[in-house]
Amino acid sequence: MKYDLILAGVGGQGILSIAFIIDRAALLQGLNFKQTEVHGMAQRGGAVQSHLRLADGPIYSDLIPRGKCDLILSVEPLEALRYLEYLDSQGRVITNSVPYVNIPDYPPLEAILEAIKKVKFHLLVEADKLAREAGSSRAQNMVMLGAASPFLPLESENLKRALKEFFESRDEKMVALNLRAFELGRQVALKQSWE
Amino acid sequence: MEKMVVLGDEAVALGAIHAGLAAAYSYPGTPASEIMEFLIRESKEKRFIATWSVNEKVAYEAALGVSYAGKRALVSMKHVGLNVAADPFINSSLTGANGGLVVVVADDPGMHSSQNEQDSRFYAHFARIFCYEPSSHQEAYEMTRQAFELSEAIGLPVMIRLVTRLAHSRSYLVPREPVKGQARQVGEKSHWTLLPINARRRFEVVLNKQAELKHFSEESPFNRLELSPENSSLGIVAAGIAANYVLENLPEIKPQPSYLKVSTYPLPEKLFRKIIEKVETLLIIEEGYPFIESTLKGIIGLPGKKIKGKLSGDLPLSGELTPDIVRQALGLPLFIREQKKPLPLAARPPQLCPGCPHADTFLALKEALKEFPQAIVFSDIGCYTLGYFPPYSSIDTCVCMGASIGMAKGAADVGQHPSVAVIGDSTFGHSGLTPLLEAARSNSRMTVIILDNGTVAMTGGQKSYASGNFLLKMIEGLGVKREHLRVIEPLPRNLTKNAEIIREEINYPGLSVIVAVRECLQEARKKKRGQE
Repeated sequence: MKYDLILAGVGGQGILSIAFIIDRAALLQGLNFKQTEVHGMAQRGGAVQSHLRLADGPIYSDLIPRGKCDLILSVEPLEALRYLEYLDSQGRVITNSVPYVNIPDYPPLEAILEAIKKVKFHLLVEADKLAREAGSSRAQNMVMLGAASPFLPLESENLKRALKEFFESRDEKMVALNLRAFELGRQVALKQSWE
Repeated sequence: MEKMVVLGDEAVALGAIHAGLAAAYSYPGTPASEIMEFLIRESKEKRFIATWSVNEKVAYEAALGVSYAGKRALVSMKHVGLNVAADPFINSSLTGANGGLVVVVADDPGMHSSQNEQDSRFYAHFARIFCYEPSSHQEAYEMTRQAFELSEAIGLPVMIRLVTRLAHSRSYLVPREPVKGQARQVGEKSHWTLLPINARRRFEVVLNKQAELKHFSEESPFNRLELSPENSSLGIVAAGIAANYVLENLPEIKPQPSYLKVSTYPLPEKLFRKIIEKVETLLIIEEGYPFIESTLKGIIGLPGKKIKGKLSGDLPLSGELTPDIVRQALGLPLFIREQKKPLPLAARPPQLCPGCPHADTFLALKEALKEFPQAIVFSDIGCYTLGYFPPYSSIDTCVCMGASIGMAKGAADVGQHPSVAVIGDSTFGHSGLTPLLEAARSNSRMTVIILDNGTVAMTGGQKSYASGNFLLKMIEGLGVKREHLRVIEPLPRNLTKNAEIIREEINYPGLSVIVAVRECLQEARKKKRGQE
């Protein structure tokens, strides 16, 4: 088994938190993983991405070859499009539909959503709304992780356990809120028909 | 022991702790910062010293002092940091190490967060010391542990070369039982005093150790040679992280080629001789400059053999390797046939945080310089380098740490006016004091703006040595006149006032320093969160 995903978003949107939880869940499940990160200058409000590879056998390259990515999981719609050339012909795009506009030449949102809808397996999630429903707009990243969870080769229980561990170490109060966000995202994906 | 999830940087740090590290020093710089971050987190409980130094040169010297005193020392930095530390680094090969001395350098091919992509293997070669190049987290851990032992056995510093893709890749490793570093006797002091009479003798010693280093490299299990009787035409050499891209694709290459994985320098000559004997073409895949390829090829080449790599054009000379680039060099088709570009995608470059104090300083500077279109603003390295981009478009240079003040002084010497330097507080502490001393003693006609946000912001908020009142006292102590040492608070409401102060000081025919004081927003937020 091999599963390659690209996590995308803008610096500060919590991409690395998603990655960290998936890594941890993979470890709990006895899978191998490699996951790249962006640190330093690029983190300041710029486009950030993380290649995350899961497998039950050895993983060599830290980077995913173009055309082999199984899932693009993006916390921002424009950023979801940036890595399309990595996507396998059967790959999925799961993205937040709410834009993060911090550049003057941000393309029209309709054009972006149009392009995402051209991908055979796509899912647009109103992560901002669901995160607020869970208790904080900052939990959009966990909504997106929830929305991706049915497709990852990871038990939902392991993801939730990793999520709990992650937030417990920072702030006890955040655990319940982020678990709610995860569940709301997961329900959206489970309701979606993929035929 | 239990599996641990770590960054490549952290694998090195953990290896050092488990090798009985006594003290570690560093200066923040991407992609090496997380080595020291990890060491600082672990140091409280495990009782070793882990300190951010004022710059890489001081960090290196501190580590060298630890080594002379008989304890194990680690010094880590980004690739360009070794330029700053080059003086003690090169000379420490002649003095030799006593307690194990390991220098970790993280290169940044592709320049993700750097001004160049220099390859530190040349530095190891230059200093004639041993260098490890890991390809995985486990290797980074094991090599670091071994590096301390080797350093003590051979009596020389040892380098670990990382690249961004490993430094900032997260995976797991399986640690082994830690060992305690044994304090060694203080060594032979005459080795350390590089007067010509001693240095000549020590250079001979280092030269005589080269055969031993090469032998160690040839016997190292981290290098692996797999000769394939099936394929007499192609052999592949892959170094460090490049080996991962080769292994990813190797099963598809038929017939199976001979393969040499290189992890240590000086190069394991014996293994190269074995593989070149068996094949017609040797393809060299390495991250960074074509170090191995040019070593093998020289300027004459190998009669009857083809050496392929970056120099031959089979791989690009610049940028970072990717699985796709390596696939193409191996003659395999890409998985993707056409480029899917759905619509023109606007780039999203990094930018200053909304409300950043630097933004207010830049806007005031821009306002003040409206009447001086001939101004040159020499700047430096930090978040504020993003002031290059619109809407600020406020700076004209970024060369190396501390360069702004020296360059502004040189330009002022030949009549450039206004000659403005813009530098952050930590960069000023790193390399700005000495050029400011020179400018103060000659009362150069220039204006220095120091952006004091109290932290090393770009790399995640490490401690700054040159901030607050302490900074002001230092500036005065260097000889800057009190009446031309001005302090401003960069806030939107102070724009007009601040621009006026900058204008006044530009018009003063001598040296002025303006310190713009406001805390980094990220740091302020962190503090607030801590208090909740």
